[in-house]
Formats: sequence, C-alpha cells, structure tokens
Amino acid sequence: MLQKIYDWVDERVDITPLWRDIADHEVPEHVNPAHNFSAFVYCFGGLTFFVTVIQILSGMFLTMYYVPDIENAWRSVYYLQTQVAHGQIVRGMHHWGASVVIVMLFLHTLRVFFQGAYKKPRELNWIVGVLIFFIMLGLGLTGYLLPWDNKAYFATVVTLEIAEGIPYIGEMTKTLLAGHPEIVGAQTLTRFFAIHVFFLPAALFALMAVHFILIRKQGISGPM
Amino acid sequence: MKKGKGMKFVGDSRITAEKVRFIPKDYSEYPGKTEAFWPNFLLKEWLAGSVFLVGFLCLVLAHPAPLEGPADPTDAAYLPLPDWYFLFLYQLLKYKFASAQYFVIGALVMPGLAFGGLMLAPFLDKGKGRRPNKRPISVSLMLLGIIAVFWLTWEAASHVDWEAKAEENRPIPPGSTVEIDTEDPGYAVYENNCLSCHGGQLEGVAGPALIGMEYSVEEIKQIAVEGIGDMPPGQFNGTEEELQQLAEFIVATNEQAAEDH
Ligand code: HEC
Repeated sequence: MLQKIYDWVDERVDITPLWRDIADHEVPEHVNPAHNFSAFVYCFGGLTFFVTVIQILSGMFLTMYYVPDIENAWRSVYYLQTQVAHGQIVRGMHHWGASVVIVMLFLHTLRVFFQGAYKKPRELNWIVGVLIFFIMLGLGLTGYLLPWDNKAYFATVVTLEIAEGIPYIGEMTKTLLAGHPEIVGAQTLTRFFAIHVFFLPAALFALMAVHFILIRKQGISGPM
Repeated sequence: MKKGKGMKFVGDSRITAEKVRFIPKDYSEYPGKTEAFWPNFLLKEWLAGSVFLVGFLCLVLAHPAPLEGPADPTDAAYLPLPDWYFLFLYQLLKYKFASAQYFVIGALVMPGLAFGGLMLAPFLDKGKGRRPNKRPISVSLMLLGIIAVFWLTWEAASHVDWEAKAEENRPIPPGSTVEIDTEDPGYAVYENNCLSCHGGQLEGVAGPALIGMEYSVEEIKQIAVEGIGDMPPGQFNGTEEELQQLAEFIVATNEQAAEDH
C-alpha cells in the first residue's frame, strides 16, 4: 500500500532523486564511530541539529502559553512553570537546550577547525556555519529577555547600553532593538519576541538549508 | 541519453521518462568499509541520539529552568548578568583597557577581530595542509582564543555567589495577593513564633518571605525547630500539634499563592 502511494507520487513528481539526495548515500569509514571510536567528533554537527529540533518543538509549545506583554509575560511563564502539566519540563528543555546547542556548536566548530575541514573547496560552508553560530547567539540573547524576570530585564538593559556605545550607529541600533531611545519596556519585549520567534528562526532555517545542501553537494571532508 | 536534447520527459513536465537506478557513490577515494546511510547508519545514529536524549532529559528533570521575580526596573541593587555564554564579553568590558574611553576597543575592536578572523579563517589560512601541525599560526591563534574565552568566563562566573543570587530573587508573584487566613489555628502559632521576622503577611522582614517556597510540611517543621542558614534554631516553642498546624498553614498558604497566579 505504502509502496503504491510512493509509486503514484513518484510517477508524477519524481521524488526518487530527492530521496536519494537525502538518504541514499554511503557513510565513509573515517566518520563512522562504529569503525573507529574517535570518529565520534563527527557527531557534534548532527547533535547540534538534534538540539535545534528540540528547540523548535519546545518553543512551539511554549508559545501556546507565553504572552509577550510586560503585564503578563512573567505571569504566563510562572503559570506555565508551576501549574501547567509538563510545563516545567517543556520550559526546562527549551532553557537547557539553549545552552546545550551552544556547547554542541562550539565543539562542532572546533572539530571542523582543527581538522582543517574549512579549506578549499569548503570555504563557503564554513562562513555559513559561522553565521549560524551568530544567529544562535542572537536567539540566546533575545530569548533571555522573554520571561521578563529581573535577570532578563537587567541583562537586556546592559546589552542595550553596549549597543548604544557603538560609535555613529549605536543610538539607532538601540532604538531599533528596544523600540524607544530610553525606555526598556513593552516595545522592547514585543520586538525581542518577534526577533526571537520569527526573524532569527527564518534566517536560521535558510542558513541551515544552505549548510546541508552544500554538505550533500561537496560530501564530507576526507580523512586527514 | 541522460542529458541534453535526447532526454524524454513525462508530458510537459521536467521529469525524465526514463528511470535511472541508484548506483552507490564510489568512495574508493577513502579505502575502507563504507556503510549505507539509510538505513544501516541511521539506525545506529538513532541509538546514539536516544542516549543523548535520555541524558538531556535527566538534566532537565534534575534542574528546573530558573525564574526570578518579575522585572522591577526600580531595583537599583540588582547585579545584572548575561547568560553564561556571553559572560566572557561582559568580563572583557570590565578591564581598564577595554572600558570607559577604550570602550570601543572592548566592545567592537577585540570581538570584531576575533569573530571576523574566525569567519575569514579559510582565506587567512590558505595552505594545503590540513593537519594542525602543518598550520601552526592559525591553530595557535585559535588555542589562544579558546583559552581567553574560558579564562574570561571563569573570571566572571567565579565572583558571583549564584546560590545567594537565586535565593534573593525567588519568584514571588507580584503584589503578593495571597489571602492570609488569619483564622487558621496555624496562624496563631505563626503569630507567636515567627511573625517578628517573617512578617504578618509572610512577606518577610528580618527573614525572607515565606511565600513562593516549595518546602514540604516535614521540612518546615524541621526548619522551625532546627533553624536554617541565618535563622537560629529553637524559634518554635509549643506542642507537637501546634507545630503541625503551623507547618500545614505555611504550606497551604504557599499552595494558595501558587494557584492564584
Ligand atoms: C530571628 C528571626 C527569625 C524567626 C523568629 C524565624 N525565622 Fe525563619 N528565617 C529567618 C532568617 C534570617 C531566615 C533566612 C535563613 C537563610 O536562608 O540564611 C529564615 C528562613 C526561614 C525559612 C526558609 C526560607 C527559605 O526560603 O529557604 C523557613 C521555612 C522559615 N524561616 C520558617 C520559620 C518559621 C516556621 C518560624 C517560626 C517558628 C521562623 N522561621 C521564625 C529568621 C527567623
């Protein structure tokens, strides 16, 4: 039955090449921990992706309760944390995932760096990877404000002060992020929320797509 | 013909009429045992992923995500700290050579050089050799950078009393709208023993607020008798029954407070 559906779709849309690009390829020995345990260093990229998926899913569930508004943001998080069934676990996954993803990205970057895997012809993918790292840091920065508790508020005040200190464009940047040249408040929270759940994830998905397409095109770097 | 004018398509689409069979890629470049990604390798990867997930969930269960009290912009005494992976930047901006009139150096020049260098690494390190010993400059710069980041993070984190900070900033619902049931027999016991330090509304005076805690009845009984931290032992004077009433009253008030928000 499944096979029939597949054939029916395949006849019209020709999905076999797509499938082949995604799944039908060989894993060379030097990246396979089953052959050589030290190849576990090749897992960090995959684990980064795995945690990113956790972040996307847990984040989607968090928005079912979270209210991006200074009156209710903290209350909604508190309610989620103390009252909602499994709310504490979902929020915990998103909280810890944010840290673990940075650790995994860091390890993945170090693996690629120390193996010199960024060399020709993979320069472009390295740049895309560094951009992904920046986006992740941006997600961490904006997500930190959302619970609207003291640590969130005061860390953001400091961040915005630093942004303001940049010569020439500092004040503009601050106003753009905070929604007001002086006040860190309602506008700031909604802007950070929008950046955290729409702008940065959109950029992240695009960059991840490029990252993976390039890997499939170029193959994984050979043994050293 | 696979390409060019001889190709046959299905109708007016771009789908080729002829099915091409999958021929595994030739990895003769890397001699040894290759393995099909699907399904062989993916199955093993799935196992490794499950182990990782279990570890991750243990972390989540053991340490609930922290939440402090609601943002209070008037709290001038609050010590602001970013999330841990920004601590190194935060620490950098504390040094004389990177703050005040040199702020631009600390906030822009140094991080800009470091991250710019990271991004352009493939163009700065253009040699053919991939092994670390073939490219001593880039590798030692990277090691230097890693040591600097770890050291700065450590410097920033080790001066903070994280436990005291979390304790001071426990999430207490704003306005503490909890109705204190002064008719409760436990309240009378509370009044006699604890009110002087913890306040008539459990809001805290010399001691901390007793709202927003997660102690059990047994634990409160123990604290009342044995004290905790700066709270001296022997604060409670009375019968075992009164002690029970007191602890139940405090726990019930906390449950009430949690439900209201
Ligand atoms: C002499 C003042 C004083 C009196 C009286 C007093 N406490 Fe305390 N209590 C404190 C202080 C100070 C602390 C903070 C201890 C610390 O964490 O260092 C505290 C902490 C506590 C805590 C722990 C709070 C937390 O969040 O960890 C509980 C529970 C508590 N007191 C219950 C009681 C009860 C019940 C009584 C009455 C039998 C009582 N206290 C009487 C001073 C007092």
